[in-house]
Amino acid sequence: MLQRLQHLLDIESLNTEQINFILDQSKPFQEFQRHPLKKLATLRGKTVALAFFEASTRTRISFATAASRLGADTMNLQAESSSLKKGESLIDTVRTLEAMRPDGIVMRHSSSGAAAFVAERIAVPVLNAGDGTHEHPTQALLDALTIRDRKGQLDGWNVTILGDILHSRVARSNIHLLGKFGTRITLCGPAMWIPRQLEELAPGLRRTTRIEEGLDEADVIMVLRTQTERIHEPALATDEYVLGYQLTEDRLRLARPDALVMHPGPMIRGLEIDPAVADSPQCAVLEQVTNGLAVRMALLYHLIGGAPVDAPHPAKERSNAAD
Amino acid sequence: MLLIKNGRVLDPATKTDALLDVLLDGDRVSRVAPNLSAPDAEVFDATGLIVAPGFIDLHCHLREPGQELSETIETGTRSAARGGFTAVCCMPNTVPVNDNASVTRGIVERADAKASVRVWPIGAASIGSKGEALAEIAAMKSAGIVAVSDDGKPVATARLMRQVMDYCNSLGLPVIDHCEDPSLFAGGVMREGRQSVKLGLKGIPAQSESICVGRDVEVAGLTGAQLHIAHMSSRRSLEYVRSAKRQGLRVSCEVTPHHFTLIDEDVRYDSHYKMNPPLASREDRDALIEGLADGSIDAIATDHAPHHPASKDVEFDRAPFGITGFETALALGLSELVHPGRMPLARLVELFTSGPARVLGIERKIAEGQTTDVTIFSTDHSWTFRAADSPSKSRNTPFDGRTFRGAPMATIVAGRIVYKL
Repeated sequence: MLQRLQHLLDIESLNTEQINFILDQSKPFQEFQRHPLKKLATLRGKTVALAFFEASTRTRISFATAASRLGADTMNLQAESSSLKKGESLIDTVRTLEAMRPDGIVMRHSSSGAAAFVAERIAVPVLNAGDGTHEHPTQALLDALTIRDRKGQLDGWNVTILGDILHSRVARSNIHLLGKFGTRITLCGPAMWIPRQLEELAPGLRRTTRIEEGLDEADVIMVLRTQTERIHEPALATDEYVLGYQLTEDRLRLARPDALVMHPGPMIRGLEIDPAVADSPQCAVLEQVTNGLAVRMALLYHLIGGAPVDAPHPAKERSNAAD
Repeated sequence: MLLIKNGRVLDPATKTDALLDVLLDGDRVSRVAPNLSAPDAEVFDATGLIVAPGFIDLHCHLREPGQELSETIETGTRSAARGGFTAVCCMPNTVPVNDNASVTRGIVERADAKASVRVWPIGAASIGSKGEALAEIAAMKSAGIVAVSDDGKPVATARLMRQVMDYCNSLGLPVIDHCEDPSLFAGGVMREGRQSVKLGLKGIPAQSESICVGRDVEVAGLTGAQLHIAHMSSRRSLEYVRSAKRQGLRVSCEVTPHHFTLIDEDVRYDSHYKMNPPLASREDRDALIEGLADGSIDAIATDHAPHHPASKDVEFDRAPFGITGFETALALGLSELVHPGRMPLARLVELFTSGPARVLGIERKIAEGQTTDVTIFSTDHSWTFRAADSPSKSRNTPFDGRTFRGAPMATIVAGRIVYKL
C-alpha cells in the first residue's frame, strides 16, 4: 500500500513506489500545461505559503504558478522583506505564517535541514524547495520525469553528474533518486568537489576527475551550476574550470550519441556549458522547467489537496477547469 | 561531624577498595576504618554504595559574568553537585573574559556566596582571549585561578603559546589548550565524514584538532612547561599525547562523556548534537575509549556548555556549539565504560578524581587529614535523566530521556552534604 506523504523533505526517505506514484501523478499535469485555459479548481479555497528565506526566482515562480493553476491562493515571504533581517528566529517567522492558516508551506532556506526543522515544529505540510547543501527534492523529481519522458524509462541508464557535487543539493537529491532505480551514477568534477564520502550516497557510485572518463558511455549528463555563493573554500579560477570541465560539443561526442543533456538552471553559457550544447536538441533544459510545473502541481495536489491516492486525477476532470 | 557508614571506599590514590567507614570532621577527614562509631555524628548510610574522593571537573562553562540567561554560578554548581562533582574549573570565556584579577575575584566572591561546590576559575592566556598579548596571569593566580586557557578557541599562534608556556611554567600553572586549526575548521559545524556529506553540513576534518595538538606538544618540548589538551576527540591527537608522554613531557589530556558515547553518525538536524569539537568518527571514539582505559587519557571532563533554549532552537548551522554535561557524566561513564567491561570501576573513579587532581598539581584522596570532599554513588540505581528537572538554566543535552544504571547519591563538599538523591 502506498504510504501517503505528510511532507516532502527529501528524496532519501522516499521509496521507488512513492517516487513512481508522484511521477505518474505528474503525467496528466504535463499535458495540462499545453491547454489554453490553465486553471483548475482543485485547490480552490486553499492557501499555499511560499517561504523563500533564500533568494530564488525560478523555483519560487514555478511553485507560485503551480499553486495558481490548481486554483490555490499564495502568500509570499521573501528573503529581502523577511523579518529574519530584523532578527526574528526561523521558528517564530514560520509560526507567524502558520497562524495565518495556510494549508501548506513551500520553503527554501540556506541552512541544511531547515525544512526538517520546521516540519517537526508545525502542523501543516512542508514542501522543501531546497535546504542549504542538503536536498532539492522537487528538482530531482522533475529531472526524473524528464529522463522518463525522453528516454522511455528511468532505470538502467548511465548518468553522469558534472561539476561541484559537494556543495550541490540538486546533485544530492538526484544521487538519492537515481540510486534507488539502479542507475549507474558517475560523479565528475574537480577533486575537491567530489570527495570519497559521496560514494556512500548510492550503491556503485563512481567518481572521476577526468571528464573524458566521466562522459564515456553516458546516457544522461546533468550539468551543475558552479555555485560560487555557497563555497567557503578558496574558489577555483573560472578559466581553470572551463578548461577542465565545460561541456563542449567535442566532449559531448564522448557520450552515447543520443545522450540527454540536463541543467537545473540558472545556466551560465560559456562557463559550465558551451552555448552550442545548450542550444542543441539533446539539451532538455526548457522541458525541465515545464516538467517542474507538472511535478509541483502533482505534489501540491497530493500534500494539500487531501484527496485519496486513488481519486480521479484533477487534470483529467476537464469539467472542473472552467473556473 | 558526618559518619559515612558501610560504604565501599574506592580510592585509586590510596589504592583502597574495601568496606570502610569514613568519619568527617568539618573540612578534614578524621578517621577511615571499619566499624567506626561517633555518637554525636550525623550518619550517612552508604550500604551498597561507592564512597569515592570528591569528583573534579576540569572543564565547564558557568556563564557568569555576562551570560546569566544561560547559567549562573549558583545554578551551574547546583547541577554540578547533582552530577557528583565537588569542584569545577570554569573556563574564562565569560563576558567580560576572565583575563584579569578583578574578574577572577568577582567569580571567586560570587562562588563564595552562591556556589554549591568549589569553583576553581581558569584564567585567559591572552587579553580578551584575542591571541595577541599575555593576560595578567600572575595577578589572576593571586586571585585564585588554577590554570590558563583561551578556551573556545586555540592559543592563536605557536609564538604566543611559547610565551604563555614559559610564563606559566615559572608560575607553576598548567596551560590548557582548545586545539583547533582555524583555517581547516573554516565554518564547519560537524565532523567531516560520510554523515556530514550526506546531511550537507559543512565538515571539520579531525586534523583540525590534531595539527594543533602536534604544535602544542612541540612547544611543550621547547619550553618544558605543563600542557593539558582540552576535550580531545581524535586518535591522531591521542597519538601525539602518547608520544609526548613517552618522551617524558608534562602533557596530559581530557575527554568528554559525549565524545566517548556518541559518534558523528548520531548527528541529526538537532542542535543538541552540535558541539566543538564535534562528535568524532566511530574509529576515533573507539580509540578514545582505549586511551581512557589504558591510562593515556588523564581525566574525564564535562565541557558543560549551557545555552538557553531559544538560542539552540534554530537551524543547525546557526546554533551555538555545546551541550550541558554535569548530571550525565558519571552515568555515561558507568554505562558506556564500566558496565560493558571496558575498564574497571576503579579506573573510572580515577578519571574523575586523582586524574584531574594531578593535572592541577593537587591531591585527591580519602585519608586522615585530607579534605572532606566526597562523592557517594551507586553503580546500580536505575533512573531516567530529565533535562527539564535539572537545576541548570539550560536544557541543551542529547541525553534527555535516556535511562541509566548508576547515579550520584550524595555529594559532600568540605564535610557538608550539598546534594543527596
